[in-house]
Amino acid sequence: MSENAIFRAEGLSKTYPGVKANDNITFSVTEGCIHALLGENGAGKSTLVKTIYGLVRPDEGRMWLGGQAFAPADPHAARAAGVGLVFQHFSLFDAMSVAENIALGLDNPPPRRELAERIATISRDYGLPLNPNRLIADLSAGERQRVEIIRALLGHPRLLIMDEPTSVLTPQEAEILFATLRQLAGAGTSILYISHKLDEIRTHCDRATILRGGRVVDSCNPRDHTARELAAMMVGGEMRDIDRSGRRPGEVLLQVRDLSLAPLSIDGTSLKSLSLDLRAGEVLAIGGVAGNGQEELLSALSGEITSAPGTIALEGQDMSRLGPVARRRAGLLAAPEDRLGHAAVPGFSLVENALLTAAPRQDLAPGGMIRRAAARSFTERVIAEFDVRTPGPDTAASALSGGNLQKFVIGREVLQDPHVLVVNQPTWGVDAGAAAAIRQALLNLAAGGAGVIVISQDLEELLELGDRFCALNEGRLSDPRPTDGLSLDEIGLMLGGAHGMEAAHVAA
Amino acid sequence: MIDPVSVFLMLLSAATPLLFAALGELIVERSGVLNLGVEGMMITGALAGFAAADATGNPLIGFAVAAIAGCAISMIFGVLTQFLLANQVATGLALALFGLGLTALFGKPYEGVKAPSMALGPLRIHWIVWLGLAMVPLIWWFLQRSRAGLILRGIGENHHAAHALGHKVHLYRLAAIGFGGAMAGIGGAYISIATVLQWTEGMTAGAGWIALALVVFSGWRAFGVLAGAWLFGGVTVLQLRLQAAGIAVPVQLLAMAPYLATIIALVVISARRKGSAAPGSLGKIFHATS
Repeated sequence: MSENAIFRAEGLSKTYPGVKANDNITFSVTEGCIHALLGENGAGKSTLVKTIYGLVRPDEGRMWLGGQAFAPADPHAARAAGVGLVFQHFSLFDAMSVAENIALGLDNPPPRRELAERIATISRDYGLPLNPNRLIADLSAGERQRVEIIRALLGHPRLLIMDEPTSVLTPQEAEILFATLRQLAGAGTSILYISHKLDEIRTHCDRATILRGGRVVDSCNPRDHTARELAAMMVGGEMRDIDRSGRRPGEVLLQVRDLSLAPLSIDGTSLKSLSLDLRAGEVLAIGGVAGNGQEELLSALSGEITSAPGTIALEGQDMSRLGPVARRRAGLLAAPEDRLGHAAVPGFSLVENALLTAAPRQDLAPGGMIRRAAARSFTERVIAEFDVRTPGPDTAASALSGGNLQKFVIGREVLQDPHVLVVNQPTWGVDAGAAAAIRQALLNLAAGGAGVIVISQDLEELLELGDRFCALNEGRLSDPRPTDGLSLDEIGLMLGGAHGMEAAHVAA
Repeated sequence: MIDPVSVFLMLLSAATPLLFAALGELIVERSGVLNLGVEGMMITGALAGFAAADATGNPLIGFAVAAIAGCAISMIFGVLTQFLLANQVATGLALALFGLGLTALFGKPYEGVKAPSMALGPLRIHWIVWLGLAMVPLIWWFLQRSRAGLILRGIGENHHAAHALGHKVHLYRLAAIGFGGAMAGIGGAYISIATVLQWTEGMTAGAGWIALALVVFSGWRAFGVLAGAWLFGGVTVLQLRLQAAGIAVPVQLLAMAPYLATIIALVVISARRKGSAAPGSLGKIFHATS
């Protein structure tokens, strides 16, 4: 297999202060093959990608590309050698046009008119329709990714790296992406596909290299293994099944009627006459692609934005005109999506962050005087019960890893004994172990008689947690459907399908 | 009473210092750097240019030296903010005060000295005015059509993305800051060498601050800067004419007019614009994390 290897890494190591991000990594990618790089957050995938793309220099080890020694000093050198990268967090320039964005990623861009023609050609060939004159800010996530892909393809890469490309796509958009990748692989481009989504790797990838703690733990054909086996290799131990028992829907706790709301920002979405009922002991899953009104819905429920009288009622009491503190007192709690900045103050300690939301219900600041000891013990309880890995309750929120901070943010609300808890993206960017813990906590909360609303883009999570599922699409909420028997395809259609994306229509 | 042609010629002259300083700052801000020290760089250019013109008797050499001096003092800001990652707002304010203080000290010997006379260009308009006008389409072309301008805008819009694509963020920003300094220097020298014809302490009189406002007012566009500079220059000339005509309005109110007009225009334009045209990374410190 090494004869037709297009890329080979041998003994790559990179140490950051206190952490060995890559430890003696050796693997090779065969020509014309879709090769998965599988691992949890912190397994060293990003460092490896940055090394191949010339953004990070390895401390040790060597690489070969197309049979030649390969040690890129910067991304220009990597691109010149034939490496293309589609970033996970898009490296796009919002206020600039598609053509300008693409030109910025090429080393010798052709004149404007010729570039526009080449963009048109390549987008036709690969079924990635794109208007070169549109602003990035006006594009959907799927379209933005197309810009990244076309930018990478215009460099004629021999090795195309895709860093978690499907995390922002609907299932249908993802299918189109895979059709494109297949076509590319058929034409001889090798693809290094980075993900932690086991199912798509099992369906679409020819090889998988599994990373854990900066090391290669295994290399296999993912089609020969079950998702559970791959997960075990990735996490290093058996995954525990989620326990969904013990829940009985009770009376309606939260009633939303005809909730309409203007967008929060210019690129936000307005809520259009939304209605829902949430029962005690029930988890309502709300799915949708980002930017379809999730932020607006969470803000309306949490009380950050008030709505017309009579639109939101908790246990028969009108909440619509109340602010977040009053709603918290009444038992309606929320945990927003953005943990650094919205759910938590990055520079504040965990104790201070706990105070910010828990003060009303836990009586941590009676008469405006902070009870430090009580706040501290509440924080310690969150840390202990939710297994938050931190040096102590006085550590700044920004010093915690994403998964640990997320456990803290969710735990802080769960332990306040809410009647209704609304969470947005509870496991976004969190590794599998922490995600499982958070999901279990939400289910336990519902089993205890609370109502839970989970807003998420992760459809598998929604199916795993929810009793009923609604799709939020352009600010409209679909009728709820029981999650039992609901397939991913059906959900994809409920979410608005592929948003006008079309499949590759050129014979490969 | 007021001859439109001569008013327009005066307007061109009154707008020139602002035009230079604001075009320079436009490039700086488009690269994502907020340099509030324009006033300090202008006054440095005003003194250095005046001194060089006085020493050589050649005003054009004076302008060249002013550009060099403005660029040199801007490098203090550049090194502090780009390499030592100092806060841009605080450093810029310090630069403004530093320039004013430094020139007050070294300008003493030049007080009362008269500037050398200079030759005028076509249409009896000073060459520097022509240069300033030429800079407008040139800078537009640079930003919108050239490769370097595209990268510069990209860095200003999202420095992390630009870095990830392999563009040299600090290098481009340092070059932009230096260019901004040179332009501010020329703008300042135009006041001392071409309009007032002598050196006085603090003679830029807030032009640097107005230039900063113009950049915002323009929506970070070269031709917008020109429009703003002409508006300010026009109102300045008009109020001077009105003063001369002995109109029964207090002088203080008239003198206030150009500033007031600029602020009103800014407010109106900002209120009408949807969102902000400001570069995405404006004023943020870039530190590569890898």
